[in-house]
Amino acid sequence: MPIALAPFLIPLSALLLSSVLFGAFVWMAGATPSDVYQSIYRGAFGTWYSWQNTLTRAAPLMLTALCTALPARLGLVVIGGEGAVVIGGLVAALAGIALLDAHPMVALVGMALASIIAGGALIGLVGWLRQARNVNETISSLLFNYICIAILNFLVVGPLRDPETLNKPSTHHIGETHMLGYLGDSSIHMGFAFGLIACLILWILYKHTTFGFAVDMVGGNARAARLSGLPVRKIMLLVTFMGGAAAGLAGMIEVAAVHGRANASLNAGYGYEGILIAFAARHHPLAIVPMAILFGGIRAASDLLQRNHDLPDATSLVLQGIIFVLVLASEAIYARMAAKSGYKS
Amino acid sequence: MSHLKHFQFNAKRRQVLKGLAGAGLTTVMGGFGIKAAQAAGKVTMGFIYVGPRDDFGYNQAHYEGKSALAKQSWIKAVDQENVPETIEVQKVMEGMINLDGAQVLFPTSFGYFDPHILKVAPKYPNVMFLHCGGLYDAKKHPKNVGSYFGYIDEPVYVSGIVAGHMSKTGKLGYIAAMPIPQVLRNINNFTMAARSVNPKITVQVVFTGGWSNPVKEAEAANSLIDQGIDVLTCHVDSPKVVVETAEKRGIYSCGYHANQAKLAPKGFLTGAEWNWSKVYLDYAKMIAGGEKIPNLIRGGFKEGIVKSSPYGKAVSAKAKAHADKVRAQFMAGDFVVYKGPIKDNTGKTVVPQGKAYGQTDIWLESMDWLVEGVIGSTKG
Repeated sequence: MPIALAPFLIPLSALLLSSVLFGAFVWMAGATPSDVYQSIYRGAFGTWYSWQNTLTRAAPLMLTALCTALPARLGLVVIGGEGAVVIGGLVAALAGIALLDAHPMVALVGMALASIIAGGALIGLVGWLRQARNVNETISSLLFNYICIAILNFLVVGPLRDPETLNKPSTHHIGETHMLGYLGDSSIHMGFAFGLIACLILWILYKHTTFGFAVDMVGGNARAARLSGLPVRKIMLLVTFMGGAAAGLAGMIEVAAVHGRANASLNAGYGYEGILIAFAARHHPLAIVPMAILFGGIRAASDLLQRNHDLPDATSLVLQGIIFVLVLASEAIYARMAAKSGYKS
Repeated sequence: MSHLKHFQFNAKRRQVLKGLAGAGLTTVMGGFGIKAAQAAGKVTMGFIYVGPRDDFGYNQAHYEGKSALAKQSWIKAVDQENVPETIEVQKVMEGMINLDGAQVLFPTSFGYFDPHILKVAPKYPNVMFLHCGGLYDAKKHPKNVGSYFGYIDEPVYVSGIVAGHMSKTGKLGYIAAMPIPQVLRNINNFTMAARSVNPKITVQVVFTGGWSNPVKEAEAANSLIDQGIDVLTCHVDSPKVVVETAEKRGIYSCGYHANQAKLAPKGFLTGAEWNWSKVYLDYAKMIAGGEKIPNLIRGGFKEGIVKSSPYGKAVSAKAKAHADKVRAQFMAGDFVVYKGPIKDNTGKTVVPQGKAYGQTDIWLESMDWLVEGVIGSTKG
């Protein structure tokens, strides 16, 4: 296999193998695999309607995937995207309420900044705990998820509750005119553009700046990086902050584009799905985009699998799981090839 | 938040409630393109659930209703489970309309309404959006939206009577999701019913903070049982864990949403159930007949929207007789639960002597207190 094509061919064959395995699974579940694939295609990518459906679902996933992917380049496994979404959304709603009388543009920028700072501070704290106190970042970010969800629930049921939201406790509304709109005349909200741009900017940052080079150095060998004069601690803080900021922004988009308020629906699992996507994309900011679209498509197609093939909701989780395991397993092939040829991705 | 702003919001809420009370019950939807009776093809109806179809609870109750509809030869019923209250549900509704050709939708979770149904419904004026939750307001909601809900606190009251008779320790337990009006009303009904049998009875409440939190529900059940509680009930999406834990620990349980008798053959007493098949078949009949669909449907025992689960083996004859009598009064429509004097559990009088709030009174829908005899706080 020509080495230059390996980064595409290996994940592609992993995907191909996943679909064969998934076919066997649905066949055992009593459905016809070819029909199921047709439905997946129709539900996810078959028409402009289904594309809109897919891209809308991919929007938050791109941002939450960055929360895991960025620190991963430093060798950190951060899984706190869910907490950052929740806290980012909550803070964005507060900013939106405070800026009710401001110009919509001001309100949106204020909400975005608030969510970026809140999400960034949260995961930045995870990074700080790691480098200053040597607390395992995976455990601390996981636990922060629960803390953030508890804070959200406490505040929306208690002090921040809009009394009008009787049976679904939520904060006050940020105002209809302050909501994020849609892309052109599609039904895809602006959040998709946010995700796309964030992935692009971070790819440029990682690939084409000395900062990106420094991050890879720290990830490769932190001690060597320190010896060569890199501010390792600062880099760690900054990278974890950026990861959290991306997920926090996903929370802001949920509030500003979908709900208009902060409530328990912020805690919908986008953060956890982002971890999957980050790993499947091998923590490459640009590869996150197609992966998020693929996973968004699976979510969109899952609707048709349930309704037209009587397959349980968990079917799409099975497909996601198969893809995840196989893509990760293909990493091993990578490593072997790299060892043989001295190629480094 | 200034006080002024707060005041405005409160004022707004009052107007909304007034609107609900006045206009809601009488308005009907108009201008639908569905002429099911004449159409040769089938009418497609879509059901959306927030949890699994077989959760022994809220979602199963709706699934049973959908299954009853699916038997009609002219209806094609599609459904989807585990749909969260996010943009996902908007996409599922649109998918059912665009890909499956659904003309009637039943998004069954409370949180689907605002903002999701309100955003999608205006885009599809020829599709009917019938939402479970009873939130319709003719003044501000689209015409092709309707809502239905039931007074499930009536059968909860009947469960309370049975629990009051069967408890030996005088300590009952209630595991609830969160302190919102619907939930508080059920807890209060259950408590007042049990205390009408034995005024010394207390009901200890634990809020789990979420609608589907099986681990916390099991922990709460075990800790309540350790404290000497001998009848347990709940208001969460799936009562499965609570009822099973009660059975395993050898105490009685009252069910909720659907029938859980199968899960606790020894200790299951009775339970409050939805009767959605009746509601859905009524809707189908109106649609088939080309009738106008009311925007708001509400009812209790009398309207057949709610029912009690059949009594378990353990229930004494005395308890059955008392519960049957109360149910008959509900059926006749002459039983008022919220009749003064009623004190809350901090000692404050909430319903003064001589004052009574009937079942349809809108005041009851913003309940934020727990009645005397409940151990627990609305602060969660």
